Amino acid sequence: MTSRQKRKLTEFLFLLPTLIAFLMVIIIPFIFGIYYSFTDWQGTGAVSQVVGFENYKAIFQEPGFLHSFLVTLLFTVLNIITVNVVAFLISLLVTSEIRGRNIYRAGFFVPNLIGGIVLGLVWQFIFSNILPSVGQSLGLPTLSKSLISNKDTVMITLVTVNTWQYAGYIMLIYVASIQGISKSVMEAAEVDGARYWTRVRKIQIPLMANAFTISLFLTLTNSFKMYDVNVALTNGGPVSIFMMKPVQASELLALNIYNTAFKYNNMAQGQAKAVIFFIVLTIFSVIQVTWNKSKEVEA
Amino acid sequence: MAKQAAAPIERMAGYKPHNGRRIALEIVTLILFILFMMPFVIVVFNSMRTNQDIINAPVGVPTDIAQIGRNIAEIWNNPNFNFLSALRDSVIITVISLAVISIFSSMAAWVLVRNKTRWSNLLFMSYVAAMVIPFQVVMFPLLTWFKSVGDFLGIPMLRSYQGIIFAYLGFGEAMSIFIFHGFIKGVPLELEEAADIDGCSRAGTFFRIVLPLLQPVFVTVLVLNGLWIWNDYLLPLLVLGASGNIRTIPLAVQGFNGAYVKQWHLIMTSTLLAMLPIVILYLFAQKYIVQGMVDGSIK
Repeated sequence: MTSRQKRKLTEFLFLLPTLIAFLMVIIIPFIFGIYYSFTDWQGTGAVSQVVGFENYKAIFQEPGFLHSFLVTLLFTVLNIITVNVVAFLISLLVTSEIRGRNIYRAGFFVPNLIGGIVLGLVWQFIFSNILPSVGQSLGLPTLSKSLISNKDTVMITLVTVNTWQYAGYIMLIYVASIQGISKSVMEAAEVDGARYWTRVRKIQIPLMANAFTISLFLTLTNSFKMYDVNVALTNGGPVSIFMMKPVQASELLALNIYNTAFKYNNMAQGQAKAVIFFIVLTIFSVIQVTWNKSKEVEA
Repeated sequence: MAKQAAAPIERMAGYKPHNGRRIALEIVTLILFILFMMPFVIVVFNSMRTNQDIINAPVGVPTDIAQIGRNIAEIWNNPNFNFLSALRDSVIITVISLAVISIFSSMAAWVLVRNKTRWSNLLFMSYVAAMVIPFQVVMFPLLTWFKSVGDFLGIPMLRSYQGIIFAYLGFGEAMSIFIFHGFIKGVPLELEEAADIDGCSRAGTFFRIVLPLLQPVFVTVLVLNGLWIWNDYLLPLLVLGASGNIRTIPLAVQGFNGAYVKQWHLIMTSTLLAMLPIVILYLFAQKYIVQGMVDGSIK
């Protein structure tokens, strides 16, 4: 073997492990997944019949799925706003002249270290025991009952927990971005008499455009794919009425997909929902990144 | 005009250290921080109480701190929780997955950077494109596929360490290759050429010359993948099963929670134990974890 052949062989062997895993774990299941969504697949390898668009027709007539779609959109929009507003305000606080700002930065990130299942359980305790008890002693009727078991307030609990979990991470991205803004620009504006909020709005925010693109992308995909907090905090409940049918008030799409397959044993429809989920998430991400990038250019 | 005139006065007044303003900001930050940390305080306090204590007064401080020992003893050997075995499984899966992902991804990224052919570009673009594929769209076919592959090879891919580690390699490698790729592009080629002339083999060049230079980027890849794998719930639930022999910490916590009518003192103790390993790690490696999260999101 010549040294050139040896070199090529080494490089091929270097690419091989990731290539095999990529094909076996992503590409092949992905192709099968698209195919299964057009069949009456039951979850085993065998497919007895190709049914065309029947699964897709069925899921778009199912109130539970449409409702999940709407609450996922609602959750995503609310969550993007609350996570980013909270994270941005905290990032301003911990980059100001306060003492102990490094400790605060490290501390606000801690909820992000812990998994959604564990956090969901902790907050289930807070919403079903601690807050009602506080509400009763303060005489607040809205708080006196569990916010989780009320279909009108259950989404607030999901947004609260996810904001608490995720804001510390997004804060770190904003902090890094603020630290990248040169001090002299801010000082020059201060000398010119720009007030604090004017400086934030006219200088900091435009210079942080790249950080906003990243943070909005992360919160968008994270919210849309939310699963573990949903399972541990509400598990989809309570029951609500939508299109005159009972549906699960807080069942986000990822949970709806899982339940379709394993609770209602309809693998093919679950897979069709997953394909729609993938298409919608991709479209949203592309729109968001394109929109943000155009803002970056303007800035 | 009035605003402009007022500004220099305000500035002069605040020219000495802005003590008043700083203290106000410090108080706001501190209050916010205490609110953020409340869930952890609630977990610790209620792990030190009995179920009766919690029923009598959901909001309360522990009266007998030693109760935490009795709570831990009660769940320690509970077959639904089995903390030590879950900790062992989580550590095995996370550590081996991280080793496999970081080594194989860096090898692949290096070959992809150093070989500017049409094939290497196509492969790299496929990895980048695959990052948008959400787990949900491949998860059902993955199970069927892993089962067939396992039967074919005679190596079980479901309910086994090798199966889940292989799956984590597949799901983690695209982003890791992308991050390594970005970094290796900036590594000067001269070093490698010198090694080449000295008769170092291609593999030797990578492991002796390139790999040591990648240290900062290893931190990023390890932190991003590590937090995700440690806290992941859905992939272990599907690949390992809720009641399999191998159970990660999130599976154990959820299994324990599902097994009993809400015994909050024990559930809080279980979440406390589940949080401890990662929080302890954070105390020691805080600098690296924060840096890794920030670098990973910006790249």
